[in-house]
Amino acid sequence: MSWLTAFLATIGHNVLAVVAMLGRVSLFAARTFSHMARPPFYPREIGHALMQVGWLSLPVVGLTALFTGGALALQIYSGGARFNAEAVVPQIVAIGMVRELGPVLVGLMIAARVTSSIAAEIATMKVTEQIDALTTLSTNPMKYLVAPRVLAALLTVPLLVGIGDIIGVAGGYTVAVKNLGFNSATYLHNTVNFLEARDIVSSLVKGAVFGVIAALMGCYFGINSGRGAQGVGSATKGSVQAAAVLILAANFVLTGVFFSL
Amino acid sequence: MIEMKDVHKAFGDNRVLQGVNLTIPSGTSMVIIGGSGTGKSVALKCILGLISPDSGTITLDGQDVTKGDRDAFLARFGMLFQGGALFDSLPVWQNVAFRLLRGSLKKPWDEAREIAIEKLRRVGLKSEQADKFPAELSGGMQKRVGLARAIAAEPEIIFFDEPTTGLDPIMSGVINDLIREIVTEMGATAMTITHDMTSVRAIADNVAMLHDGVIQWTGPVAEMDKSGDPYLDQFITGSAEGPIEAVR
Repeated sequence: MSWLTAFLATIGHNVLAVVAMLGRVSLFAARTFSHMARPPFYPREIGHALMQVGWLSLPVVGLTALFTGGALALQIYSGGARFNAEAVVPQIVAIGMVRELGPVLVGLMIAARVTSSIAAEIATMKVTEQIDALTTLSTNPMKYLVAPRVLAALLTVPLLVGIGDIIGVAGGYTVAVKNLGFNSATYLHNTVNFLEARDIVSSLVKGAVFGVIAALMGCYFGINSGRGAQGVGSATKGSVQAAAVLILAANFVLTGVFFSL
Repeated sequence: MIEMKDVHKAFGDNRVLQGVNLTIPSGTSMVIIGGSGTGKSVALKCILGLISPDSGTITLDGQDVTKGDRDAFLARFGMLFQGGALFDSLPVWQNVAFRLLRGSLKKPWDEAREIAIEKLRRVGLKSEQADKFPAELSGGMQKRVGLARAIAAEPEIIFFDEPTTGLDPIMSGVINDLIREIVTEMGATAMTITHDMTSVRAIADNVAMLHDGVIQWTGPVAEMDKSGDPYLDQFITGSAEGPIEAVR
């Protein structure tokens, strides 16, 4: 029986650890939103974060969406041909990009690019006592480091998702028209007519939620990093893992909320 | 005046501070010495509120440091960190003027820059260094920038955490002299933690030795060599023989 007890104890220990971490992350998020809403605000930091999170992520988001849209068109055409349904390429590319692939892929690219960068930067600041220095200079690290980054992600990731959706659909359109023999006007007409307002709203809402998750995870793991290079490495790795899993979980929940009701 | 009364702090099973009692009169320079890992930095961070003590009281001019307006409390302090702790993303002058560019001490951009350049000059750096980034400076220059930042807002109290660690003897001497001059001319209360006995003799009015979580000896620097305290004597001479175990 001792192995069974040990096994159950291990499971219990891990479940408790996950629950405790969720509690700490929730409190961290609540503190972050509270700091975002109250002065002082740091416009320079917010501007810098908008550039880092939003503008500089555009190339990777655009390329990801472009190739995914193109590949999706090829897949739908090839799959649809099995039951003479090649004509649905515009509709499926549009719905696939806008409802799912656009927000999820942009969220994951932001997790890879922005979450890791935020976690590594803040963890290094912690290790080199820059966070303590901020405090001694009468500056709250939550306000100066965390709030601007989360605000920037909340504002820019929905825009990135919107742009990613458009580029993804354009990628599908290009492949369909150039390689698969679709008529340009018909493709565009079918795409525009098929999409509903709900599809676009869900895409942008998902973008906002995924952006907040990505920035929060970077900040949380950075602020709570361990010592030395290993601490920075673990914080970076943990932040990207947590952000990716939470983005996929949130996507499931939000898809249920928007499309199962 | 800063007073620590029966301050305890443990990290897990490691009891770092075990009843520290220490008084630093206003306008004096106190140097805390002690081996690595004896809790010198922890004591300093407890005073600043960066770490909360488990028990005991810390007062500044009779006021409990954990109560009252935190910003007003921190505005009275300047601190030089061991590694400089300069903000990589900001140029040197913005590091120095950090406090003057935001918060209650905020000044116009140009005025803050002028003050920063003046403070850089005070620590022996030319104005050409102002627009560089910290990574472009040598270790000694970074320490000087850290010192300029610590004094930029003319604080009443300045803390120095291992100010000469990692510097060559000549640069250490320069930093020690700067600290002594600045503390004297500003009339500030200073608290320095160091292992470096040359720094102790250059900077201190009073010395306190921290060992086994308590202050083993404290007194004027002039009495340090004839204290008769075996812990302090061993530390001053750097001997492996004595009450302090060489292997910790």
